[in-house]
Amino acid sequence: MPIEKLVSEHFSNPEARKLAWYRSHGGYEGAGKALDEMTPQEVTDEVLHSNLRGLGGAGFPTGRKWAFVPRDTGKPIYLAVNADESEPGTFKDRYILEWDPHRLLEGIIICAYAVGIHTAYIYVRGEYVRPAEILQAAIDEAYREGVLGKRVLGQDFSLDVYLHRGAGAYICGEETGLLESLEGKKGWPRLKPPFPAVVGLFESPTVINNVETLAHLPKIMVNGSQWFAEIGCERNGGTRLFALSGSVKKPGVYELPLGSSLHELIYQHGGGILDDKALKAVIPGGASAAVLTQQETEIQLDFDSCIKAKSMLGSGAVIVMNEDVCMVKAAHNIMRFFAHESCGQCTPCREGTAWVYRILTRILEGNATPADIHYLLEIADNMSGTSICALSDGAAMSFRSYVKKFTSEFEYHIRHGKCDVNERL
Amino acid sequence: MSAAFEFTPENQQRFEEILSRYPRKRAAMLPTLHLAQQQQGLITGEVELFVARILEVPVVDVREILTFYTLFFRRPMGRHHIRLCMSISCWIRGANQIKDYMTRHMGVESGETMKDGSFSWEAVPDCLGACEMAPMIQLDKDFHGSLTPDKIRHILAEASKHSPGSKDDETKKHRNAKTN
Repeated sequence: MPIEKLVSEHFSNPEARKLAWYRSHGGYEGAGKALDEMTPQEVTDEVLHSNLRGLGGAGFPTGRKWAFVPRDTGKPIYLAVNADESEPGTFKDRYILEWDPHRLLEGIIICAYAVGIHTAYIYVRGEYVRPAEILQAAIDEAYREGVLGKRVLGQDFSLDVYLHRGAGAYICGEETGLLESLEGKKGWPRLKPPFPAVVGLFESPTVINNVETLAHLPKIMVNGSQWFAEIGCERNGGTRLFALSGSVKKPGVYELPLGSSLHELIYQHGGGILDDKALKAVIPGGASAAVLTQQETEIQLDFDSCIKAKSMLGSGAVIVMNEDVCMVKAAHNIMRFFAHESCGQCTPCREGTAWVYRILTRILEGNATPADIHYLLEIADNMSGTSICALSDGAAMSFRSYVKKFTSEFEYHIRHGKCDVNERL
Repeated sequence: MSAAFEFTPENQQRFEEILSRYPRKRAAMLPTLHLAQQQQGLITGEVELFVARILEVPVVDVREILTFYTLFFRRPMGRHHIRLCMSISCWIRGANQIKDYMTRHMGVESGETMKDGSFSWEAVPDCLGACEMAPMIQLDKDFHGSLTPDKIRHILAEASKHSPGSKDDETKKHRNAKTN
């Protein structure tokens, strides 16, 4: 059976960026149906029953997130769309922004109608200049054609959508860091509670949803929650975009039902391992996820299976490493990133990521002692559960997995002061 | 001391449109700084004072933003700026070799500007979000991937014929986008 493409069907077709083309191919039918025929509560229930989960990384059920929002505070309710895609290995939302911006706008309309939102901000990472230009052109066209603005799709419902560009900070993809950044401050995450659903942007109730999550809504409205839930697996509705990269022959974005096998993604869609070498390890959900050894890679790609494998599906970024990749250097690369991107607010993260990077550097330079492995694991413990946001936990989960699963490579580096895997990388 | 910074009339209008999007002036911080950098090429001390004044925030708050976010330049850069992604997927596909080549070819280290002012470049630790084309760079607005020394030479030669954001530049957008 061919795999149904729910959000990637228009990828690589530049015509789909135009409103008229999108509309003539079923576009805005889902939003039209929601506004014409359904109450906001019915829309929320439909999303709840579809088992759509947050595809930014956390996998929280979308309908439940919406249901938390209080409607009677007398304050406006905001939607903040998270397009700050920055988790290393992740590039799937870029495809939606670039190739199918109207699908995102349609999803925004559906969410806004369900929750009673009249202002939405799309926070796009600063490096995505071209995708932001394409999205802005789609927003402008949607306003001109009466799809957005005072009377959305001709109905008695108003919605303003604004694109807001970030400026180069990984932490702004963390939902409360994103809100701080939108308010014009540095992106320091907020202590929760209060949760953003209650006290979010400008101290008002706020929904924060990822680009891909919203892009799924139009088809859920048209085809119904049961149809969507049946495509995925238990408690994981529908498909998701997987961003495949690293040592594979055909890196790219592939849309598969949740619950598909990791091996199918790598070998069928990705064409197998680069240079026909042996598979060594896979990161299943972005740099923050624990690495899986070759023996651990026979898993299903859904949120619950990855947790069972003591890793996470995260942002759907699958990074493949073949036998040429030194795991000490891989950990060093990832910790350079986290040390650079720690926002500096919480001591365990600010100091921990920097210390770990320094220790890994001295291991690579041949200046380490066997005790350093012990220090690394001790720092990992001190970085877990001790900070405001999940950056520290993700960084700890990541480097701890390299040290524990590939200990002999770390020991070799410490003992011999050189690499026995690949001096070249 | 250079002259005080002001928006051009056209940018002043754009700024006012930006302000209208938010219930608070301060929320316009990043878009206002992007606009100022687009006009001036960098964020000077004068620009900081100007932005603080029009957004009604202490100037130290503007400085805090500039030192927190990485896309704002506080010193002059080349006419074209290049970011080389050094993150995990690009590293697996040979970003270190590309970095060595860039250093030799450009004749200046990462973080520096060529003497003639044509190019500045930096190897960045954060992922630029285009791992399917690893190893890759961002040159001004555009992503270029599957890099080899030959390809880099070609890309730089092409870029040096045009100024950033010119019409020719526009036509090249997305030529690297790949899909399944």
